[in-house]
Amino acid sequence: MDRYTTATLRVNGQDLQVVFPTHHTLLEVLREECGLTGTKHGCELGECGTCTVLVDGEPVLSCLALTAEMEGRSIETVEGLQDGNELHPLQAAFADLGAAQCGYCTPGMLMTATALLAENDDPSADEIRTALAGNLCRCTGYHKIIEAVEWAAGVVRGDAGAGPAREVLFGSSVPGEGS
Amino acid sequence: MERREGISKLLGRELYIDDVPMDRGLWGATVRSPSPRGRIREVRFSPDVNWDEFVVVDHRDIPGENHVWLIESDQPVLAADSVRHVHEPVVLLAHHSREMVHRAVRSVEVIVDPAPPVLDFRLPPGADGIQHGTDNVFSHIVIRKGDVDAALADAPVVIEGTYETGAQEHVYLENQGMVAWIDGDVVVVKGSLQCPYYVHAALTHGLGRAEDRVRVIQSPTGGGFGGKEEYPSVLALHVALLALKAGAPVKMIYDRPEDMAATTKRHPAWIRHRTGVDLDGRLLAQAVEVVFDGGAYVTLSPVVLSRGLIHAGGPYACDNVRIDGRAVLTNSVPFGAFRGFGAPQTIFAVERQMDKIAEELGMDPVELRRMNLIREGQSTATGQIIRDGADRLEVLDRALDLSAYREKQEEHARFNAAHEDLRRGVGLSTYFHGAGFTGGGEVHLSSVAKVEARPDGRIEVLTSNIEMGQGTLTIFTQIASESLGLEPDDVVIAEADTFRVPNSGPTVASRTVMVVGRLIEKACADLVAKLGDSDLRGPDLKQAIVDWYRKHSGGVLDGAARYEPPPGTSWDEDSYRGDAYGAFAWGACVVEVEVDLRTLGTRVLDVVAVQEVGKVLNELLARGQIQGGVVQAIGWALMEECVWSDGAMVNNQLTNYMIPTSDDVPPIRVDFLEAPYAHGTGGAKGIGELPVDGPAPAVAAAIEAATGTHPRVIPVTPERLMELYDGA
Repeated sequence: MDRYTTATLRVNGQDLQVVFPTHHTLLEVLREECGLTGTKHGCELGECGTCTVLVDGEPVLSCLALTAEMEGRSIETVEGLQDGNELHPLQAAFADLGAAQCGYCTPGMLMTATALLAENDDPSADEIRTALAGNLCRCTGYHKIIEAVEWAAGVVRGDAGAGPAREVLFGSSVPGEGS
Repeated sequence: MERREGISKLLGRELYIDDVPMDRGLWGATVRSPSPRGRIREVRFSPDVNWDEFVVVDHRDIPGENHVWLIESDQPVLAADSVRHVHEPVVLLAHHSREMVHRAVRSVEVIVDPAPPVLDFRLPPGADGIQHGTDNVFSHIVIRKGDVDAALADAPVVIEGTYETGAQEHVYLENQGMVAWIDGDVVVVKGSLQCPYYVHAALTHGLGRAEDRVRVIQSPTGGGFGGKEEYPSVLALHVALLALKAGAPVKMIYDRPEDMAATTKRHPAWIRHRTGVDLDGRLLAQAVEVVFDGGAYVTLSPVVLSRGLIHAGGPYACDNVRIDGRAVLTNSVPFGAFRGFGAPQTIFAVERQMDKIAEELGMDPVELRRMNLIREGQSTATGQIIRDGADRLEVLDRALDLSAYREKQEEHARFNAAHEDLRRGVGLSTYFHGAGFTGGGEVHLSSVAKVEARPDGRIEVLTSNIEMGQGTLTIFTQIASESLGLEPDDVVIAEADTFRVPNSGPTVASRTVMVVGRLIEKACADLVAKLGDSDLRGPDLKQAIVDWYRKHSGGVLDGAARYEPPPGTSWDEDSYRGDAYGAFAWGACVVEVEVDLRTLGTRVLDVVAVQEVGKVLNELLARGQIQGGVVQAIGWALMEECVWSDGAMVNNQLTNYMIPTSDDVPPIRVDFLEAPYAHGTGGAKGIGELPVDGPAPAVAAAIEAATGTHPRVIPVTPERLMELYDGA
């Protein structure tokens, strides 16, 4: 009873020919036909942001996007962020600051932040906060994520001393600090 | 050291259970009760569906006992004759197409002859509502210290207050999910879970199988917060029943609305305080009544109640205490474990009561707390004498200093005078959290941790404690490598697979580092001792391991440790007297809010959370725990409200059950004081739950300071604040 569509999708710079039920979302096709499970199911109602990918550079909730409309457009997922063995500055900053805790929101956060940095390589904390407001996280309380994006922005624009001060990261004057 | 969990998650390569490929498997789904209470008259399968294509399981397919093994065995795996709550599972379906199976769920009708449901836990049930024992009370516990009635009668001032807290949904970003398959004569279940051996026990009972014919493996878990403590046992039984009947692998993944509607939440609570004080504000008597809504089955409610009651007097010294609490049945989806485990509810109440006492006495709430905070050598409600070297007054003072509490009060007076529509205020709470299982729980668990040397000199750590975002892999690596003088890369953490790891207990109760970490230290020492030289460390140890394996072909060099209670501790379950926990962590929290009088929306402007946790082993992880916990608690205090109909959550979507976003979070400054705990790993006490205890009462106190209203019920939504303004 399902109708199928054949389409060529450009995903992370590669052309992939896929056959999929016509009504399937980009999220379903990325995960099931393309084997790219880095993009997560979180709610499938466009509420949580875990399924965020970039379409022609813009963040899109892949659970709400019909794959049939994606032909000829450039899709980027978390699997495409790394450059060879080199982590993307966002991935490196998330790792250094512990901004990925359970990790389930992380792919969506990374993609939304990638789009932000492409548009603005020197965002304020408030601009980051607003840009990420559609991506829910339940572990971190968001601070480490916001700080990681600030840090990565500095790296992207070549500001070697970029990044939040230690006081911002770890609080002020901590006697008997842990290791 | 750096986090070990991060990289595969950052590359999108971490395989959560829904990411595991299922080439020849089936998808499972659940048919649930539409009714809160009644007898099942009929289960009607629509003739429009070809049911031969489906695997169908009901209660008659359960090979073992039809209950979910836990404290009491009252919760059926699948309803047989009657149902006690909306969304109670009745029939399971599986099909090779995920879409087909979810469509088919709508083609099965469970027809229930209704009985009157019990829906308000605050009211005594009518005779026709009794469904558990003679009074629907799952658990009734009384903590007694001194003579409360006499002290209340003699007290110059007695102050009463009633407080309520709402349910809270966990909203782990990864919904519940499991896969089951049959491997020879073993049923294997893999999934998102906190407690591999709880699931293992539930499967052996429900499937009627020997322990060695059930295997449970934890998959990377996208958040838990207690929501994956007991519920995964239900889902594991379901997916295993389908796999057994299908003879094929089956995957069940809940979608968000099903997960929010059908799984556990934080227990709603009603709490009344009567407190006797002298005119200086010293606590003379605390009489506390607590009622928790347990939902339709017992599940973990008795132990959630227990922890709630032990914390209900707050971190204060008082000679006369009576805390009388009940967890009661309603025909709601069962409530369950949620980070804090009953303590956030009772601490909300006692902290609000402290503010009420201060107001009625015309005292400063800071000074009231300062006067009553437990001093070294004083005792808690259960008579546990606190002698841990922690300075609770310093915790308070540090929070006041860092937040500039006094300066803020003055600043707010000016701000509020200058603004017509905006009001600012600052609020404070002081709190504590006992780490590890309550009372004799750890002795009863009798946890075991193991370490095993590999022939190349690396060490593998084997426990059933899992990573769900809090950093278990990192901290266990750190503990083992520091114990043995090895590099972190020389330590491997075993997958939590019941075929390999011993039962070191569940990943709950802030116990992973304090209790299990200590067992890892001891297991490491046990291993080294087997080499004949207890001082071996680092490269020498590595070499000795390599040499051992050359001499002992086919042997395994390992070390193990079993939990032993700290010397000198005692607990009496019958009288509820004694050392309820090995250690308490202590906290103080200051919250600043701004209320917009036009919308009655509250925005948190600033949070300071100061805690004494023994010893901070890993600052990055510890700060992550505090910040994340504070934000969860702010959500519970201000916006997270479950809307109920017939005992089921009807706002089971993230558009109308709102959790804090990056736009909602204030600056959170975190600071630690340290008084090492002799029996915790490297001096550490538990940390994971403490941060959820303090922010809600501080938010309410800040709203009180800003608006002059008296929030006694959370969440303080704009609607609830309007009722307060209207005097409702």
